[in-house]
Amino acid sequence: MRRGLLTMMGVGLLALAVASVAAAQQEVPTDDQVNAIAKQLYCPVCENVPLDVCPTQACQQWRDTIREKLGAGWTEAQIQQYFVDQYGARVLATPPATGLNWLVYLLPPLAFAGGAYLLLRAVRAWRSPGTASAPPVSPAASDDLYVEQLERELRERT
Amino acid sequence: MIAQVGYFILLLSFGLALYGAAAAGYGGWRGRPALVESGRRAMLLTFPMLTAASLVLIYLLVSGSFQVEYVASVTSRSMPNYLKVTALWGGQAGSLLFWSWLMAAFATAASARRWDRDRELLPWVILVTMGTLAFFLSLVVFFENPFLRLWQTAGGQQVTALFQPRGTAPLVPFDGNGLNPLLRHPGMIIHPPMLYLGFVAFVIPFAFAIAALVTRRSDDRWIRITRRWTLFAWLFLSLGLILGMRWAYDVLGWGGYWGWDPVEVAALLPWLVGTPFLHSVIVQEKRGMLKQWNMVLIILTYSSVILATFLTRSGVFSSVHAFAQSAIGPMFFAFIGLTFAASLGLLISRWDGLRSENRLDSMFSREALFLLQNLIFMGIYIVCLWGILFPLISELFTGQKVTVGPPFYERATGPLWGMLLLLMGVAPLSVYGRASWQRLGTALWKPAAASLLVLAALWIGGMRNPAALLAGWLGGLVLAVTVYEFWRGARARHQRHGENFFVALGRLAARNRRRYGGYIIHIGVVLMAIGIIGIEIFQTETQGQLAVGEQLTLGRYVVTYDGLTQFDDPNERDRNVARAVVSVYRDGRPLGELYPRRDFYYAAQQSMTIPGVRSSLEDDLYVLLVDWEQIAQQGATFKIYHNPLVNYVWLGGLVFIFGTLVAAWPEREPGRERRRAPTRAAVVEA
Repeated sequence: MRRGLLTMMGVGLLALAVASVAAAQQEVPTDDQVNAIAKQLYCPVCENVPLDVCPTQACQQWRDTIREKLGAGWTEAQIQQYFVDQYGARVLATPPATGLNWLVYLLPPLAFAGGAYLLLRAVRAWRSPGTASAPPVSPAASDDLYVEQLERELRERT
Repeated sequence: MIAQVGYFILLLSFGLALYGAAAAGYGGWRGRPALVESGRRAMLLTFPMLTAASLVLIYLLVSGSFQVEYVASVTSRSMPNYLKVTALWGGQAGSLLFWSWLMAAFATAASARRWDRDRELLPWVILVTMGTLAFFLSLVVFFENPFLRLWQTAGGQQVTALFQPRGTAPLVPFDGNGLNPLLRHPGMIIHPPMLYLGFVAFVIPFAFAIAALVTRRSDDRWIRITRRWTLFAWLFLSLGLILGMRWAYDVLGWGGYWGWDPVEVAALLPWLVGTPFLHSVIVQEKRGMLKQWNMVLIILTYSSVILATFLTRSGVFSSVHAFAQSAIGPMFFAFIGLTFAASLGLLISRWDGLRSENRLDSMFSREALFLLQNLIFMGIYIVCLWGILFPLISELFTGQKVTVGPPFYERATGPLWGMLLLLMGVAPLSVYGRASWQRLGTALWKPAAASLLVLAALWIGGMRNPAALLAGWLGGLVLAVTVYEFWRGARARHQRHGENFFVALGRLAARNRRRYGGYIIHIGVVLMAIGIIGIEIFQTETQGQLAVGEQLTLGRYVVTYDGLTQFDDPNERDRNVARAVVSVYRDGRPLGELYPRRDFYYAAQQSMTIPGVRSSLEDDLYVLLVDWEQIAQQGATFKIYHNPLVNYVWLGGLVFIFGTLVAAWPEREPGRERRRAPTRAAVVEA
């Protein structure tokens, strides 16, 4: 009796699950849902034009594929992976961080850090060890100083 | 016949440029003024010669001489005459000729000065400008000849040659392919010439820099002579970029103006290195510092100009911009490599003579802040250069193609742009030389307090996005500092000279145009930043298929589909237009109709999506016709973008250009200045 009840409950749950999947499948994805994914993809033909705005027939077909997959209940990551598997990593907006691609992310910050280091060294060399910064200026005097400087600069032929 | 004449003129110009460079260089080296003068005359001849060659090509374009390959590839019978003229730069060969013509014009203009004490620079200026011109003309003469004619062999094969090959007959197509429809937009018609004006004008400061290096002059004379050239180049480069953005917004139909397309990024490169150059030369003028660094910057600017011309013209990236395909890549790479190595070698050999005349007294001085600004600009430059080169490197070494798209550039450069805004707020209040943080703080606290009010207002207005709040605060700081600077200067003059406040303001700006023009440019940048933040952070979009009478909703806007007509344009028969009519409502109030359309060009087999846009200072509603049912004409798909604040980009662009004009406007003649000087001194003493 108890076993029968469990079986019935199991069958019921299964039916519920099937019904909900079917419902999800029947729901047609909106253009906005399609575009949200298409926005992050680039087709190999129309290079550098995001898929969501590309007017070509081929890109229209890609969007239809996205709609189809969404309708079949695929997630965003799965759909992206599908296009990567089919056409290579170039369909992604940025290179995946693997192998040589690491360079694209590492070089700019390294170069910037190198530049900052060079600048720091140059600044140290330019600053004489004995020279302190100018003595603090009292707030009252600052406007006069400013006026003097302004006048001096205006007098200079620029 | 006339095409052959055009080619002959080109050939002569090439010879003249080569001779001019060689004669001036040799004459300068061996100290023979007569040879230098001969080189100068050769240079002066290149301008009228290339003007004639360009006029010949324009004549062929306008007269519809389709037997010339270039004419057939970029024009068609249905094109109006003004478009036929602009087809001069519509294709590869023509645009290279146009580049050369500008180079000859600028070289002539730059040499038309009283050389007096700078005569020693002349030979080397001629060598650099004519060397550059000879390179570009070599491309036109040997690889991309715009005067080649079409011929047909007995077997029906089409060949191109200047003179009739044996066994062929002349081929005169009935009509040409027409200019790429994407280029038939007012913004695009003047966008390339503006960019080229900027590119080519940067060659002049580079030529003077090289001349200064060769002649071992360590003073700032080359900078003073070319200051206006630099500003002129920068003005047109900026204008070219802004026009390109507007063109993309109006014509490309993706709801934005900057897609970080490699060709866009390539055109930005010279600007990214020219802008710090523009700032750091001031430090050399005022303090005799950064001499070596300024040389590095102008060498990089020149190399970036050649690189950008190559990248935008060669089709090395197949993207929306790269209309032209050709095999001139190796030539360009060799030229860029050679000139870069030679310039750098020359700089290194003169390195010790360019030591700083002053010490860096404080980290809070104007020169230190300019250095920091230089570092940040170089950071953005490296991100951009690397972003466009990496896909090529990846393909070369691994065979794997990759896309480096907007997310890369936005994440990498976003914080750097923010830091630049912060510097733009702080640096104008710093002083040269012996600065201190107390003095900077004293000058800064009032505008900083005002900028906090902007932050508070944004918060109270309901803004919670951290990036927008930060950008709003920084923009507020720059605005407050700039207004404060104008006010402080005008008040000082008002108190000193008893001038009316507005007179004082006007005279202040007129007497130091570069400084106050620069401040106006900063205001332009803030306005543009407001627009960029608006569209980057707050843009929303929706898309849907509608039957007539149905509607799409986006935020407060409702768009109703009223109908669609499709017809051949009676004025331009090559074009078929599908034009939709939609009504726009905001909060239920009707705002009028928009007409998004799709133009199809038969000859080019290409379509263009023209948005219907409702613009206000607050936002743009940007409607695109994505698709429609060809037969029933009942259903159509629309995409709608809501672009908040986007018009501040254009408004800021106008202010930006105005500021540059103020900074670049010629000063009074020095003679008049001297005569008037005692009067002013008398006023000061009184």
